[in-house]
Amino acid sequence: MNPLILATLVTCGSILHSPAAAQDIDPKDWEGVLQQASGQTVYWHAWGGDARINAFIASVGDDLQARYGISLEHVRLADTADAVTRVIAERSAGRDDGGAVDVIWINGANFASMKDQGLLFGPFAQDLPNWGVVDTDANPSILVDFTLPVEGFGSPWAMFQMVFEYDSATLPEPPRSLDDLRAWIADNPGRFTYPQPPDFLGTSFLKQALYGVLDDPAVLLAPADDVDYDAATAPLWAFLDDITPNLWRQGRTYPANEPALGQLLADGEIDIAFAFNPGRASAAIADGELQDSVRTYVFDEGTLANSSYLSIPYNAANKAGALVLANLILDPEIQARAQDPDVLGFQTVLGLHLLDPQDRARFDALELGIATLAPDQMGAGLLEPHPTWMTRIADDWAARYGAGQ
Amino acid sequence: MRHLRGWALVPWVSIAVLALPVLAGLAGVVAPAFGYMPALGGHAVTLDAWRATLGWPGLPAAMRLSVVTGVSATALSLALTLLIVAAWQGTRSFVWVTRALAPLLALPHAAAAFGLAFLIAPSGWVARAISPAITGWDRPPDLLIVNDPWGLALVAGLVVKEVPFLLLMTLAALGQSDSLRSQLVARALGYGRVTGWLKTVLPRVYPQIRLPVYAVLAYSMSVVDVALILGPTRPPTLAVQILEWMTRPDLALRFQAAAGAVVQLGLVLGVLALWRLAEHMVARWGRRWVADGARGVRADRSLRPLAAMGALLIGGAVALGLAGLVVWSFASMWRFPDLLPQSWGVRNWTSQMGSLGPITRDTALIAFGATAMAMALSVLVLEAEARGHKTPVIALIYLPLIAPQIAFLPGLASFALVLGLDGSRVAVMALHLVFVLPYVYLALADPWRAWDARAGLSAQALGAGRWRVLWAVRLPMLTRPLLIAFAVGFATSVAQYLPTLLIGAGRVTTVTTEAIALASSGNRRLIGVWAVVQMALPMLVFALALVLPALLFRHRQGMRIT
Repeated sequence: MNPLILATLVTCGSILHSPAAAQDIDPKDWEGVLQQASGQTVYWHAWGGDARINAFIASVGDDLQARYGISLEHVRLADTADAVTRVIAERSAGRDDGGAVDVIWINGANFASMKDQGLLFGPFAQDLPNWGVVDTDANPSILVDFTLPVEGFGSPWAMFQMVFEYDSATLPEPPRSLDDLRAWIADNPGRFTYPQPPDFLGTSFLKQALYGVLDDPAVLLAPADDVDYDAATAPLWAFLDDITPNLWRQGRTYPANEPALGQLLADGEIDIAFAFNPGRASAAIADGELQDSVRTYVFDEGTLANSSYLSIPYNAANKAGALVLANLILDPEIQARAQDPDVLGFQTVLGLHLLDPQDRARFDALELGIATLAPDQMGAGLLEPHPTWMTRIADDWAARYGAGQ
Repeated sequence: MRHLRGWALVPWVSIAVLALPVLAGLAGVVAPAFGYMPALGGHAVTLDAWRATLGWPGLPAAMRLSVVTGVSATALSLALTLLIVAAWQGTRSFVWVTRALAPLLALPHAAAAFGLAFLIAPSGWVARAISPAITGWDRPPDLLIVNDPWGLALVAGLVVKEVPFLLLMTLAALGQSDSLRSQLVARALGYGRVTGWLKTVLPRVYPQIRLPVYAVLAYSMSVVDVALILGPTRPPTLAVQILEWMTRPDLALRFQAAAGAVVQLGLVLGVLALWRLAEHMVARWGRRWVADGARGVRADRSLRPLAAMGALLIGGAVALGLAGLVVWSFASMWRFPDLLPQSWGVRNWTSQMGSLGPITRDTALIAFGATAMAMALSVLVLEAEARGHKTPVIALIYLPLIAPQIAFLPGLASFALVLGLDGSRVAVMALHLVFVLPYVYLALADPWRAWDARAGLSAQALGAGRWRVLWAVRLPMLTRPLLIAFAVGFATSVAQYLPTLLIGAGRVTTVTTEAIALASSGNRRLIGVWAVVQMALPMLVFALALVLPALLFRHRQGMRIT
């Protein structure tokens, strides 16, 4: 190799390898955290496929800079698993500090995998100054992620529940249960689809379907290997065999993810879509990307609910800055911004009764959004199955309907 | 003497810059394919990775897809290129066609693919133009066009980019094959245009474009970005599946990806060998065909319009596709089957302002750095050649173009990770150099050699040393080709997807990685914004390369294009 290039490579390598500032971070000593964090650049690895979320993250970065002098870099992932891979690869390569990932937006199988392997820093969530206003009683998914106790290794920052979206102008009465959906698909071939597993939303639809076809969904809360997996999933595959020929493009191809599914609804290629963010449709309508006749609804049997967390890898180079970010995102002003239907429409994790009147007013001032359901219309939130279900049904789906066909 | 030895080393240094990363990357793939990669926890030689890869149910289909789409795209591109040249060389239309297709070379593959996808999708412009008047569609038809399981859209996306490349390579070769006079003699003997060209010129031209054809074949079989946008999904092509394995959290899949990369490499080498064999057979048959004396005059009547149509179709599809990107980037609400948006706005652009600036700057910086290094190396190699240090290994310049990126970049990425070299702009720039250098060298070599050495002799007679001749005479006289070579290198760097993705480790993003990250979202407004930037950046540099000489030489009669 050209000596000049080699020299520059070696130099930049040694910069990367130079040990970051002292790593003894104590989240309980918040003054110390703030001191260390000042001037750091935090690399937040978060899914980058949604323009509105990207814009929101950028706005949080502005606040982080203005209030604490910390820079935020949004590393836009195609899949959250990419960040997990990176941390695992770094550990295998012996890079136990100065790691590239400072914060991950995470839940489900990725969180379970990192927590199990001891790849997460913590516990830290309960030590964040803003933890006091988080409503830990209202929603079980704040403390338990996909049946696994979070134990402070992730800080919740938004709650989600699956809602279905339809265009009320062309479909006055949408199917309100899985059985009705099955019949509706048979009557309306080519007008429904779901993102291709292992995409998060696509696999979540399979789990939602599992809830619909199982007599006793309680098995889903145990690891898939501990129960009769084949018997439990047999009705799911029967359901999919039934609907696949009548899916969009006859199930020969699937949209890649949530935005792609939403785009199909906007283009009028399908009549029913779904999303984990109950405010997505309203926000898309506000942006002129979705017709204003779109409305949302939930299944009578309930829909899946979960929370999103911020976690910090054990080898993160900028842990102090990461902690400040995790705290900032629980700030009532930021949470209200995320819940604003014109911004994201995310459900806040804060308890309004825990806020002072001034902060509560921020939330009271928010409109619901034209297509968003009121809290009392959201129905029952179904517990996320154990993470092993997600992995196994995604693999089996690939063998049955994906590459294996 | 020492001085001389220095010059003799120059070509070897350049080859090392190209070959070492490729060879290191290949080594970094073969070892983990057999389970050995201590940094990732593989200490023993096992066949587990092979069992997993060969056991993947989609493997036969993915391999078949890679071969069929790669070979079809190459064969179609080559046939169309040769047909265009054979049917129209020496006419004014030919000059026009080559001028129209040349800018396409600067267009990143991904931007062209996005444009094509917007055009042919069921909700794209073609369907909108004929709906509902002709088709009766008041909503997009349930047709599988983009991402079709046969890879037809993928082949189309490759052809529109490879024809311009092969055309320019053929043009360069024509200059050295006395083609116009051969053509004249053949026509005088009563041969048709196409037949005469194929019988007299092709046998001399093909050996010269053989390596570019191999590069197209290897590229088409292993392309990732175009396949992500236009290719099948269940299963995808092998190259896309390898990338998918590379980026999953389960590290065991890295070994599987390595085994897949070895399969991909074997596949490409095997098909290249078969292609070579086919060349022999075609040549054998061709010798009889040349000798049989058939004039093929009537063939011209159908082949000439066919060639013109092919060229027009490519130019038209790309132009319309790019126009579609621009329109989507300014579209607000745009429902099917309206031909144009109901409402327009700059919101799509303003929402991206925060990231457009820094990412465009980084992209330009990386491209500038890599191209500048490539220019310096290319000039040194060519100057060394001019001073009598020619080396046959310079043919290795094609190595990075022929070795499939997906086969050696995963290995290189693993090394970079272990060494802590990934995730910096400098590392990305250094890797881009590997792919930029061959194109810069190829773009510069012919004009460099064609330079009239008598100008240098005159300068020497006036007392200038060799360096002074280089600086004060040769380089200024070659300003135009130097700038074009720079633009080609710049465009090559901007278009790099896989190297940026795998070595950039998510920390270094360019307009290309950004645009392709959005591909899966189906958000055509944002894809429009990023694809427009992605195509505008290299186009701008090309425009500068064309305008600057005119400005610089406005007072120099001898430097005008005649």
